[in-house]
Amino acid sequence: MRPAVASAEVGTLGSGARAALPIVLGYLSIGFAAGVVQRASGLSVIEVVLMSLVLYAGSAQFVVAGLIAAARPGELPVATIVATVFLVNLRHVLLSAALAPHFTRVSAIRNALLGLQLTDETFVVAWTALARGVLPDAGRAAWMAGLNLSAYFSWALANLAGALASGMVGDLRAIGFDFALPAMFGALLVLQLSAHRDSVAPDASRATPGRKLFGVALLSAVLAVVIALLVPGQWNILIATVAAATFALSMEQAWKSARKS
Amino acid sequence: MEVRPEILIIIIGSALVTALPRVVPMILLSRTSLPAWLRTWLGAVPVAILAALLGTELLVTNQSLVGADRIPMLIAIVPVLVIAATTRSLMGAVLAGMLTVSLLRWVWH
Repeated sequence: MRPAVASAEVGTLGSGARAALPIVLGYLSIGFAAGVVQRASGLSVIEVVLMSLVLYAGSAQFVVAGLIAAARPGELPVATIVATVFLVNLRHVLLSAALAPHFTRVSAIRNALLGLQLTDETFVVAWTALARGVLPDAGRAAWMAGLNLSAYFSWALANLAGALASGMVGDLRAIGFDFALPAMFGALLVLQLSAHRDSVAPDASRATPGRKLFGVALLSAVLAVVIALLVPGQWNILIATVAAATFALSMEQAWKSARKS
Repeated sequence: MEVRPEILIIIIGSALVTALPRVVPMILLSRTSLPAWLRTWLGAVPVAILAALLGTELLVTNQSLVGADRIPMLIAIVPVLVIAATTRSLMGAVLAGMLTVSLLRWVWH
């Protein structure tokens, strides 16, 4: 078994594509499900494929499918759907802003292209590699492009397959496919926490130590679950993340001022 | 098999409002260096997002807590975390999790 994150050690398109393997696995299952759901909501196969290629955002595509399915025929609430997608995807600001300082030597156009294909999953894989210091400056953009493109095309393929197979779906649950994404989130979380503990990143001195981040993770998870139960829509991830990161910052400031006095 | 105009507008509109938060920070913030406090704040973001996504995926569905059918997943997350911590292999952890879930479902049905 090739350790996916460790294979990022060479900054090339190919190594980036290999680092995307766990994402590909997750996307094949979720993308297939997305294809089935979108087709079931009344979209044609071509519309599903266009959606996955042009919008390329998992949770947003589920949301769009849900809103289209709920709409009366001939009365699609176009503006409402677009506004909802904006809210659902606003969290990408955080991801994009976190990656940006690591891509200062990359041209604006390339940064735009890399950002365009940013997802929760490609972000965490990239961030984990960056935090562990295994990505040299040279070739970092190529690595990221490889990661992005693998994820992108596996998503589109899975959407197409799901759309075509809609109506004759077997039991993917039997082989645990629906657990691929939660498992990936959990494993990445562990890798994140340990990457910070023995960080070799250039800004290691500024990194929040692992124990504090464990508290941040716990707070964020609890908040996200509570908000998801209380508030309709997909606000919970955004609110919980902002709150938990602000908590981390205030703890850091309090710790610093306590050390000074 | 066709593309309706209003669906096309939804797709393009959604893609534009998705591209903005993905692209703008990447361009602007890679040209200027960030203050230390903002770096600290952003440094906590990935862990916070992952934990929020994981908690929601495992425990919430349709704005209510998950039922007993999610117990295999709640058990299987343990080997995932342990294997990720000990081997640091993302693929290994994910595959072990899927294997555990499918075994638990097979035993229980």
